[in-house]
Amino acid sequence: MPWRLLRFALAQKHPEPRMFTTHDTLKPSYDVVIIGAGGHGLAAAYYLARDHGITNVCVLEKGYIGGGNTGRNTTIIRSNYLTPEGVKFYDESVRLWQDLAQDFDLNLFYSNRGHFTLAHTDAAMRTSRWRAEVNKHYGVESEVVDAAFVKKAVPMIDLSCGGHAPILGGLYHAPGSVARHDAVAWGYGRGADMRGVEIHQRTEVLGIDVVGGKVTGVQTSRGRIATNKVLCAVAGSTPRILKMIDVRTPIYIHPLQAMVSEPVKPWLDPILVSGSLHIYISQSSRGELVMGASLDPYEVHSTRSTLDFVEGLSAHMQDMFPFLSNVKVMRQWAGMADMTPDFAPIMGKTPVEGFYLDAGWGTWGFKATPVCGKTMSYTVANDRNHELITGFTLDRFRNFALTGEKGAASVGH
Amino acid sequence: MKIMTCPINGPRVISEFAYGGEIRPMPDPATATDDQWADYVFNRNGAPGVKKEWWCHTPSNTWFVAERDTERDMILRTYLYPGEA
Repeated sequence: MPWRLLRFALAQKHPEPRMFTTHDTLKPSYDVVIIGAGGHGLAAAYYLARDHGITNVCVLEKGYIGGGNTGRNTTIIRSNYLTPEGVKFYDESVRLWQDLAQDFDLNLFYSNRGHFTLAHTDAAMRTSRWRAEVNKHYGVESEVVDAAFVKKAVPMIDLSCGGHAPILGGLYHAPGSVARHDAVAWGYGRGADMRGVEIHQRTEVLGIDVVGGKVTGVQTSRGRIATNKVLCAVAGSTPRILKMIDVRTPIYIHPLQAMVSEPVKPWLDPILVSGSLHIYISQSSRGELVMGASLDPYEVHSTRSTLDFVEGLSAHMQDMFPFLSNVKVMRQWAGMADMTPDFAPIMGKTPVEGFYLDAGWGTWGFKATPVCGKTMSYTVANDRNHELITGFTLDRFRNFALTGEKGAASVGH
Repeated sequence: MKIMTCPINGPRVISEFAYGGEIRPMPDPATATDDQWADYVFNRNGAPGVKKEWWCHTPSNTWFVAERDTERDMILRTYLYPGEA
């Protein structure tokens, strides 16, 4: 046994600092309270402490660190969006991802794979061209490729898709990557923790005190906290929190399901998405195939997954990869996706002074984790929306000025 | 497999039905302010609870009302919109 491990057996106390400090009590007040210890909330805490010097911060989490949509997504990172606002925002995020592991001194298993959005129709090819041009204009690497290019990258693919929906080509986005999602939350959490931020797990928010249109405190299951600034980053629970302060938004909740297969030898290098077949697939570093489909078709506030989903997704997956018929499904799960009508997030200040929102992240939130943390920490610290998020404010609905990201959502919703 | 009861055709699998969203009163477009109209067009009651919703049995094109608990994922009641034959 290595000495490093033997120390744990011999020592009276744990010989190394734990990943996170556990705090027995809440302080009576904090400069900033962040609701939700997922990737977004912890990233905001990390950048508040590191870049803005605000360390009297508390992160409240009803469950456990990274147990919500941070640990339920399919770990894909890309920036091939459709609107200029989207492309600029996600591209900044992809840049931040690239040296995050150095920043944390923690292996995120960041793996650059290349990302195909397959086109099965002329209309989809046209959308691919449109997205490629918008992307290139902003310096993002995206190009339209033909079916032969796809076949070369993925020799196992049945280009005819069983004759149902032949692949004509697609949009290829070379920077497309995957990363280990739990490690992202842990990395940000530990970084924030080391800088003095308190993370309180199993602490539920029961109410938010608002006096004269300003936030004055937060009621929790472990007592009241006084604060003038609250950042809400709770994905599928956003409407529950907003109900406490009577702020109305277009956010509605649909479950999004995913599944993984048993581990198999590496055969799939890139990430594949097909809007026509409503599927996406990548192979994890452990060899599991990580697969997802489109949203469940009606509103549910639960994370139960269904057999219908596995059946539908498997059937479409076999159109593209007939040899997968013998591969077993290992796990399936669901997350609550907070959807918006224009498929863009809702970020920044709200009608309640001191209440900041990072929500509406639906099915596209994981890839934006670093840039959300950066921009929201700026917004909270300066009480001014960061320039990268001005296209995503809640006002846009009242002003009938939507952002229109629908064409770039990974699978047709 | 989830089963929903169509008021005309009886119990059917959920894949035969289309979700039409929560029933919401429409303000009079002639008199509503821009803010009221924007609120009606975009904003939703996204919090969990028992909701009255529009659903359609697609093979027979029957629109009806379903009362559903969105937190427990249970269908409580289905009936034709009051006043419909």
